Amino acid sequence: MADDDKKSEEMKANLDDLNIRVSAAREANEPKKARGLNEATTYGIATRLVAELVAGLLVGVLFGWYLDQLFDTKPWLMIIMVMLGAAAGIVNVMRAAKQLVPKRPDDEDDEKR
Amino acid sequence: MASPLEQFTVKTWGAPLEIAGYDVSFTNSAAAMVATFIVIALFVTMGMRKRALVPGRWQTSVEMCYEFIAKMLGDAAGPEGRKYFPFVFSLFMFVLAANLIGMVPWIHAFTFTSHIAVTFAMAFFVFIGVTIIGFMTHGLKFFGFFVPEGAPWYLLLILVPIEIISYLSRPISLSVRLFANMVAGHTMLKVFGGFVVSLGALGGIFAASAFLPFAFIVALTGLELLVACLQAYVFAMLTCLYLNDALHMH
Repeated sequence: MADDDKKSEEMKANLDDLNIRVSAAREANEPKKARGLNEATTYGIATRLVAELVAGLLVGVLFGWYLDQLFDTKPWLMIIMVMLGAAAGIVNVMRAAKQLVPKRPDDEDDEKR
Repeated sequence: MASPLEQFTVKTWGAPLEIAGYDVSFTNSAAAMVATFIVIALFVTMGMRKRALVPGRWQTSVEMCYEFIAKMLGDAAGPEGRKYFPFVFSLFMFVLAANLIGMVPWIHAFTFTSHIAVTFAMAFFVFIGVTIIGFMTHGLKFFGFFVPEGAPWYLLLILVPIEIISYLSRPISLSVRLFANMVAGHTMLKVFGGFVVSLGALGGIFAASAFLPFAFIVALTGLELLVACLQAYVFAMLTCLYLNDALHMH
């Protein structure tokens, strides 16, 4: 009986020791890994937001140009569509940025936009 | 010195073909796509051939790809999105393999994701598919997607066109991002490669200083590998988000 207790105690000490070593190793590895991932996602976020902004404007320009040709109203529809396109681009960016931020409980009215 | 943009030229391989007035010759772009397809097919089927309960290295990497996409799709589009898994997985693997194969410096190197025609075709397919899914799940109520809730009618005159433009800009932002990233990265690599060659040709102290652009290329290659994976991820991620919009409308 006493022998068993001793054995299990020894095992527990061993496990504790292992636990400490494992968590130390984890801690040593963690900051490096997290930083790499963060930088990658930062780059991803940057390219994403820029593309959203430009795409809205581009669609506005294309549609304005096409509709002007169609109705022969140069340059009025283009002017209107460029403004709407810029607005759409900004809306895109705001929405994309909102998706990137983790949701907080006090953001109720944000959800309805 | 060759232009840094020369690597993006589409060249015909073999005899030129024409069907109903359209040029359908086999090009280096098509060859790169076939190579991409073969690489993915071999990677997945050979990796899963053993179907071991305790996977080996190869099987683990295939399973990692699977789980990565499955988790992303589940997080973004919920359980209803699961039936579109094969599509999203194929899309991700195709873009990823294409970007990575494009990074290999071989003699016929060609990155077809650096062509807007290719990326836009993929993005437009996603866009049309997602719109059809939206109308299939919600019927005509899907038009409500363009009408912001709780806005007074006179504001709707401005907000509805903005929403429509915002929706239509999706395939453009999706395709331009991938295309621009690949073109920028590959051009930059080529430009600095040109510096190494021309400095080396000058000889003497100039040849020694060619080490600097060379070191930069090494760093840039690392960055480009990261961008290749990241852009494949972003492409698939946004597909999932658009699917979510179509399935759940906000």
